[in-house]
Amino acid sequence: MHAPDGFIVGPIALAAGAVAVGGVAVAVPRARRQLDERAAPMAGLVAAFVFAAQMLNFPVAGGTSGHLLGGALAAILVGPYAGLLAVAIVLLVQALVFADGGLTALGVNVTTMALVTVVVAYPLFRLLVRTLPVSRASVTAAAFVSALVSVPASALAFVLLFAVGGAVDIPLGTFTAAMGGVHVLIGIGEGLITAAAVAAVVAVRPDLVYGARGLDLRAAAPLRGGEAAGAA
Amino acid sequence: MSAGFADRLYLPGGGPVHTLPPVCKLVAVLAFTVVVVATPREHLAAFGGYLVLLLAVAAVARVPPGFLARRLLIEVPFLAFALALPFFAHGERVDVLGLSLSAEGLWGAWNIVAKGTLGVLASLLLAATTRPHLILGALRSLGMPGILVQIAGLMLRYFEVIAAELDRMRIARESRGFQARHLGHARVVAQSAGALFIRAYERGERVHLAMLSRGYTGAMPPLGTDGERGGAVPWLIALSLPAAALAVAVAGWLPVR
Repeated sequence: MHAPDGFIVGPIALAAGAVAVGGVAVAVPRARRQLDERAAPMAGLVAAFVFAAQMLNFPVAGGTSGHLLGGALAAILVGPYAGLLAVAIVLLVQALVFADGGLTALGVNVTTMALVTVVVAYPLFRLLVRTLPVSRASVTAAAFVSALVSVPASALAFVLLFAVGGAVDIPLGTFTAAMGGVHVLIGIGEGLITAAAVAAVVAVRPDLVYGARGLDLRAAAPLRGGEAAGAA
Repeated sequence: MSAGFADRLYLPGGGPVHTLPPVCKLVAVLAFTVVVVATPREHLAAFGGYLVLLLAVAAVARVPPGFLARRLLIEVPFLAFALALPFFAHGERVDVLGLSLSAEGLWGAWNIVAKGTLGVLASLLLAATTRPHLILGALRSLGMPGILVQIAGLMLRYFEVIAAELDRMRIARESRGFQARHLGHARVVAQSAGALFIRAYERGERVHLAMLSRGYTGAMPPLGTDGERGGAVPWLIALSLPAAALAVAVAGWLPVR
């Protein structure tokens, strides 16, 4: 989903860049307040984790494979602000050092893949965790749903940018349906991976899951041996 | 997931492009890309001119064309998208090899393929001739907030370590006879991601303590190239690329005699 150069016309790409810069500018002081002077090393290591987690491939069907976007996962694990910074930095480094995603499309990519995924997934996750009964299963379910929704939301944000500033005039209904449909499928994969990853962390270090702070999960279920996955 | 991933695009060398100050190269590539993106798609010759310019830079930098061609594969998903456009887009239809295609869609596909490819090539030339941490130093020179540069720098520095942990987990899974074959196996792989997060987070805590014990107060000691502005000559050399591109673009506007 890394948009290349020339996909979105200049003015809209610039506007998306301004939105992305604004989002990062909001996130920096808040991530600093949350992590105090640990901000740089913690966000840096979480960014490295997101980058590495994106390399985890899993077979989907018919020889295709999917991989994680990581926006929802990062937001649930380290909070929306540090999570947004981590994913935005991953996209920046991918564009500059790995030539993945166009330089002039960086604003588009940060907006759709970092900002939208975090802004959609984190409030949804908190809402679900608060309304569902306090248990590890609820946290897992909330992680699944919020990560699932974040992927088509990101795709729809891209469709919106494309509709306003796409280089081509295409039937919007067909395009929206196609992008939405494909990304719901991708979102199921994202949701499964995110849910299992969050469940594995909750089982071992529930204190590290930022989105589940304030929930007493230790009493909710006993730790089962196979669930830790830390054995590797 | 092999070691050396972060440096894979960088081709060590001492050519004239390698030794240019990173900040000059970064601005030049960015300006070049802006010129390419702003060029109307109907100016076919201009895009050919841009390609010639990039290949000339590659030749001077001694970056082999095969290297660039291999790395262009990163674009493939968007090429698939572009190929679908002529079938779906609005507008008048033209017949190509018996298929009824949208002229607008064909132009759109060309627009994406041409600009996307030139953008990737320009970024590849930057990455192939500049060490990753020097690119980040260039961002610092251009005024990016220090905290973001620090996060990016620490990410680059520890990415190899984290990726190696992931690889050790894969080896551990496979030595126990596990191989991911279908979506149901994603759960096991995802649990590795959870374990990886705990390891990364705890490593972050240790890294922070190690930094503190070495006198970290919130800012990183400057690297040799931090804040480097570059002299007039390197700037002239680097900016000759976007300047030439601009000349090509303007030539495209002139009426054909």
